[in-house]
Amino acid sequence: MEDLLKPITETIHQRFGVEAHESHGLVSLTIHPEQLISLVKTLRNEFKFDMLAAETAVDYWPEQSPRFHMIYELYSTPQNIGLELRVPLDGNAPSLPTLEILYANANWHEREVWDMFGIKFEGHSDLRRILMPFDWEGHPLRKDYPLGYEELQFTFNFDQVMIHKPHPKS
Amino acid sequence: MGLEQKAGNMGIVTARLEDVVNWARTNSLWPMLFGLACCAIEMMSAQASNYDLSRFGMELMRASPRQSDLMIVAGRVSRKMAPVLRQLYDQMPDPKWVIAMGDCASCGGVFNNYAILQGVDEIVPVDVYVAGCPPRPEGLIHGILTLDEKVKQEKLKNWA
Amino acid sequence: MPDYREVTLEDLRNLVTDRAVTGETMLLNMGPQHPSTHGVLRLLLELDGEIVLNCIPDIGFLHTGVEKNMEAKTYQKAEVMTDRLDYLDPLGNNLAYCLAVEKLLDLDVPPRAQAIRVLLTELTRLNSHLLWLGTSALDLAAMSVFLYCMREREIILDIFELCSGARMMTTYFRPGGLWRDVPVEFEQAVRNFLRIFPKRIDEYESLLTKNLLFRDRTRNIGKISAEDCIRYGVTGPILRASGMAYDVRKVRPYSGYEQYDFDIPTRTEGDVYARYLVRMEEMRQSVRIIQQALEKMPLGPVRSNDRKVVPPPRSEIGVSMEALIHHFKLWTEGFPVSKGSTYITIESPRGEMGVYMESDGGPKPLRVHYHTPTFVNLQALPLMARNHFVADVVGIIGSIDVVLGDADR
Repeated sequence: MEDLLKPITETIHQRFGVEAHESHGLVSLTIHPEQLISLVKTLRNEFKFDMLAAETAVDYWPEQSPRFHMIYELYSTPQNIGLELRVPLDGNAPSLPTLEILYANANWHEREVWDMFGIKFEGHSDLRRILMPFDWEGHPLRKDYPLGYEELQFTFNFDQVMIHKPHPKS
Repeated sequence: MGLEQKAGNMGIVTARLEDVVNWARTNSLWPMLFGLACCAIEMMSAQASNYDLSRFGMELMRASPRQSDLMIVAGRVSRKMAPVLRQLYDQMPDPKWVIAMGDCASCGGVFNNYAILQGVDEIVPVDVYVAGCPPRPEGLIHGILTLDEKVKQEKLKNWA
Repeated sequence: MPDYREVTLEDLRNLVTDRAVTGETMLLNMGPQHPSTHGVLRLLLELDGEIVLNCIPDIGFLHTGVEKNMEAKTYQKAEVMTDRLDYLDPLGNNLAYCLAVEKLLDLDVPPRAQAIRVLLTELTRLNSHLLWLGTSALDLAAMSVFLYCMREREIILDIFELCSGARMMTTYFRPGGLWRDVPVEFEQAVRNFLRIFPKRIDEYESLLTKNLLFRDRTRNIGKISAEDCIRYGVTGPILRASGMAYDVRKVRPYSGYEQYDFDIPTRTEGDVYARYLVRMEEMRQSVRIIQQALEKMPLGPVRSNDRKVVPPPRSEIGVSMEALIHHFKLWTEGFPVSKGSTYITIESPRGEMGVYMESDGGPKPLRVHYHTPTFVNLQALPLMARNHFVADVVGIIGSIDVVLGDADR
């Protein structure tokens, strides 16, 4: 673990009781949804983690609890250190408080996570679909959503595939 | 020199109406700017000075669909973009032709999933398909010349 | 044609000012098909006469579902899709993917492969900046610059075709190194290019930098301060033109960048003109890196020897039984990657690109997420375009260097 990160992770362990894991060069903390806002505020104000580098989610279906892991990558420009936060979430109606007031670019990232995974963010100013059309149903990046591929058209199934393919009339 | 001798003193040439109109159409096809993704970059390369498209009459790419007669669909068409593409095709005046440039516009290409139309011929009728990912500018020019040959074969009784 | 649900002003109430609700200001749609939006970007502009009060970007018209599609393919096959994300910087995307896979596998890359990777990535950066210069100058009505830049791009694309066979989507970097070694003519081709290119950059500067019309259209337009950049997570030439020298190649060097000597250009004004100057200077620094990489190129293998990941050469397959078995397993099943996750960042021509990759021990990735610079930079567009004319919005979009394949994935 890098020398600059050690005092930070120890302080956080004393205050919030979370352990730090390191794997493949990345230091990661697994926390509870309730601790998220206070932990991020501490990291931002005291330890100068001023840039939200990435925000995404992973789906671990068919495990139902926890089903989603929300991943935040925080980066500190003055000290050049990066830290990862993982928040495990349940499968039924997952929701988290929004980070939009702390980091302005969380706005679109959370919209994308809502669009792709269905994780709601409380307090978000404008939660609507960003990548899919506005009336799309379903959340595509969940593991139980089908890939939606068209069957490959060979000569033996040429006609069956042609029946289902849409064609314009003019 | 030969034309004036054949026309005699009066300067009148006789030809079939089909030939004249088709010749005029092929030599001044104006494409509509519809570059979506990576194939658009190769279309821009084809427009630039190394592989010049203006020698085929396509000096400018018109941004407005009302002033163009060829739509080169260059790039992948997603489900959100499909109604927009159909609306633009409807806004083009007759006669109009469509070239599906690249694998994604012809058949969905590398992407066989929920978000991409498997070929733009699901929503507009296509005249020429150009294969490649992305096709070389020479490939696009070959596609345009193939379209020229197709246009030259159009018949009088199919107009209007 | 589907029926459209009318998007009412109720939906937009917290995004536009109150004057739009009464009809005092106009809502104009700068649609997905537009000559100056560099791709399929839709902007909703709220106009008071000619002045933009607010600008709401609407993306998603090029959403390709790459992240979901990669979960259904093995690691080798999924790399083909990475070229097509940021289609002006295909080798950069390949590099990010390969670095992530190599991190998860703890695979070593030989030094010759690292040097060639750096060389080709810098050539791709030149490619991207030349196209940026051509199209953004074209938007500001300088058409001859577009033709000159495309002429230079053709030389670089010829070099790519020499190495890999394809002009743009090469997939030349593979996990473990490169696909195969560069041919004999490569060095001479790069030297010829380096002999003529610095003078060409001077030519472009002489056309645009002191041009009064260009300066009037770009100075004091689209300003953003460094604090706002950090707040919005904006990186790349926009951040460097606002005063902060942040470049991933210097702070977290990857693939051997620490061996090369180059500067990071910065300016303080933060407007469109400053971004133009920063990118022109970056082109010169890229030429410097290419020269050093060409001089210092070590000899040796170009791909790692680990046969569980790297396919054996064809000549060995006819002779050795193990090579045949490795080849069979790699092509039918793919190579398994140990359980874990990693986050890798590289410097693409638009900013910081990150790959988050997670594996569950099988041959297909569990989750690949691309954190792309254009997605983040477009969020700062409303801030930059406030209180400017509509014609300036075109210049600002050009200076952000928008590539929609990057934003929508």
